Amino acid sequence: MAFLYSDPFERLFQFQNALDQLRSSNWLQASPSGGGSYPPMNVFRKGEDVVLVIEVPGVRKSDLRIEAKGNTIRIAGTKTVEQADKASVHRVERRGGQFDRAVTLPIEIDADRIRAECRDGILALHLPRAERDKPRAISIA
Amino acid sequence: MADNKPLEVQEKKELVAKGEKTVPARYYMPNTDIRETDDSLLVVMEVPGVDRKDIDIKVEEDTLSIEAHIDYSKYEGMEPLYTEYNVGHFARRFALSHMIDRQQIGAMLNDGVLTLTLKKVQQAQPRRIEIS
Repeated sequence: MAFLYSDPFERLFQFQNALDQLRSSNWLQASPSGGGSYPPMNVFRKGEDVVLVIEVPGVRKSDLRIEAKGNTIRIAGTKTVEQADKASVHRVERRGGQFDRAVTLPIEIDADRIRAECRDGILALHLPRAERDKPRAISIA
Repeated sequence: MADNKPLEVQEKKELVAKGEKTVPARYYMPNTDIRETDDSLLVVMEVPGVDRKDIDIKVEEDTLSIEAHIDYSKYEGMEPLYTEYNVGHFARRFALSHMIDRQQIGAMLNDGVLTLTLKKVQQAQPRRIEIS
């Protein structure tokens, strides 16, 4: 299902609906080592590669640890929520704590060429598909 | 708050419209902490994926309204395979219980967290009464 832009005013809405439809599809498998469901991630296909887009607002780059082994990606870190002591609290909705999550992708990735970007509370991991995993066209003799 | 508990996912809350939007897209309510000190109000809000130029902060009479827009053109050419959260603009309004000095609103955006410092106007600050 390609994400088509037909009406510019409805683009985002269509995109949101597309995201909703794939909620908890079984494409991604939780790895046996991976506890925890935080941080939430979306997985996209971009050309032949896969991009993980992960929401980590309030997590500093230096507090994130990303590891890749085989097809498993591990994302761990700490989210710190500052508390002022000399203040009266009106509303507390943000939560801090530690997280450690591992996911196993159903495709083979080239671990040496993984690229990670973290900006404005979004962590994006670009996972290039391994050459040997790419489909080959078979010519009919 | 204890920082060693494992974090759990906080499901994004869709904004319940007060005054409908003219575009069909969904808006979400950013998770917010509000604290008050003697001279100011501190509003800390999570708006992941929003660039500083796409944040609109307004203080009118006794209402603070914040709108933060995501740039979804970044998702162009990407086909979703598996999703756990939705993306959308953020919007939220608060009724202020104190008069705010509109000239002195400080705003900072770090790692997707917007921090607003709203100074109360002089007469709204508590005054210490000396007993003679």
